[in-house]
Amino acid sequence: MDRVPIGWAVAVSGALAAGALHAGEPAPERRAQLVEMVRQDCGSCHGLTLKGGLGPSLLPSALGDKDAVSLQYTILDGRRGTAMPPWRPFMGEDEALWIAHTLKNGLPERERK
Amino acid sequence: MRIGRLLVTLTALALCACAAQVPVLRGTGDLGVVVERETGRLKLIETSGRTELATIGGLGDLSHASVVYSRDARYAYVFGRDGGLSKVDLLEARVVGRVVQAGNSIGGAISQDGRLIAVANYDPGGVKVFDAATLELLSDIPSAGGDGTRRSKVIGIADAPGNRFVFSLFEAGEIWIADVSDPRHPQVRKFTGIGKEPYDGLITPGGRFYIAGLYGEDGVALLDLWNPEAGVRRILGGYGRGEEKMPVYKMPHLRGWAVAGNVALLPAVGRNEVLFVNTDTWAEAGRVAVHGQPVFVIVQPGARRAWVNFAFPNNDTVQVIDIPARSVIRELKPGRAVLHMEFTPRGEQAWVSSRDDNRVTVYDTATFAALATLPADHPSGIFLTSRAFATGF
Repeated sequence: MDRVPIGWAVAVSGALAAGALHAGEPAPERRAQLVEMVRQDCGSCHGLTLKGGLGPSLLPSALGDKDAVSLQYTILDGRRGTAMPPWRPFMGEDEALWIAHTLKNGLPERERK
Repeated sequence: MRIGRLLVTLTALALCACAAQVPVLRGTGDLGVVVERETGRLKLIETSGRTELATIGGLGDLSHASVVYSRDARYAYVFGRDGGLSKVDLLEARVVGRVVQAGNSIGGAISQDGRLIAVANYDPGGVKVFDAATLELLSDIPSAGGDGTRRSKVIGIADAPGNRFVFSLFEAGEIWIADVSDPRHPQVRKFTGIGKEPYDGLITPGGRFYIAGLYGEDGVALLDLWNPEAGVRRILGGYGRGEEKMPVYKMPHLRGWAVAGNVALLPAVGRNEVLFVNTDTWAEAGRVAVHGQPVFVIVQPGARRAWVNFAFPNNDTVQVIDIPARSVIRELKPGRAVLHMEFTPRGEQAWVSSRDDNRVTVYDTATFAALATLPADHPSGIFLTSRAFATGF
């Protein structure tokens, strides 16, 4: 996990270019964990490819015009009246914001062996 | 090496009439498949020697994939999240048919007579019915519930006696029975207002009762298929006693494996409990506190015990419940992210997948010893051919 895949670098640099990331961007190892968590555990409801399941699509085409901070707090605190649970126990606020930006730009593929 | 490929080779040799050998003959009763969800492959396994026989690729997006079997237990029908319906020949270990029939699908069922495959779709919402032999589309049932303006996601599809399929509509909160005796002209009977957000359904082993679990409220919807005119009734209403639900990080799954004699075991939603229901009275018959939000509660053949796995973040654990005693008697740690469990038909083995440790562990259910460990790439569902002979599978 020491090499950054190209799709990832594009996503992150895209977010940086938009001036959106805080100083608290997660370290590479943690980012890999977060990506894995989004794909696998968010994927339980939103689909492994994030195109939607019982939960809605999390692809850039669905999230592109959504506010990142609003997404951040949906991730952290869930949405009342829906099945979306709060993920605050498993991540920091900066990490949730990083996930929100990363989703808007397209989640990178995990590195494959 | 690979029995499937060997068979293909031998068949080819036989066809060119230059083989002195005959193909390796074998039954399919001890076969099964393990889904490798990210690579879109199945592992063909056998439970007698507990080995892998072949890998079968080209199946698309297999996240949340499920499988039903032909009535001769030779063919597996694989339902992929990408809307793919694939037909796999277990003996030749290859895909013999595939259609991509929707954008997003959740599972399917095979009819009582084995001639029809029904697929439940999220997008576009509905059920499509296919010829099991050719995968030709025979009918399309859009799930436009309520006032008919919006299609719901279809969940909890099950086969019922009389060549019927029963399923639920997530957004509309309805249960539909489609009679496909004339597969090009299905007759649909609709039950509305069955409860908020049915998330999965099951049919009891004899095919009499259809049960839909509800996410949006405490309770379960029950339909007696012997007396459909009586309508859907609510059972286990208020099992949460009005307490705040805990967050659910993965939806529970229901199937006919939940029934043990006259008791059904159901995962509570938003509570770390397994609920027991008396299937004669449909009244609660106890509950057991467990390690986390239950996902699968699967009764071991013999009906004395049930194995339970859990949602994130408690998904590294399996607990074994003694059903008469209503208590947890054993806790296992098969690996990280335990996604599924499957018993051999007589219950002596349990196959358990660990997605994040890339392995399937086979347990001796009498001693809880690990009999074998098979490597698999992010395994999820495990489906044995004994499902071919059970209503609701």
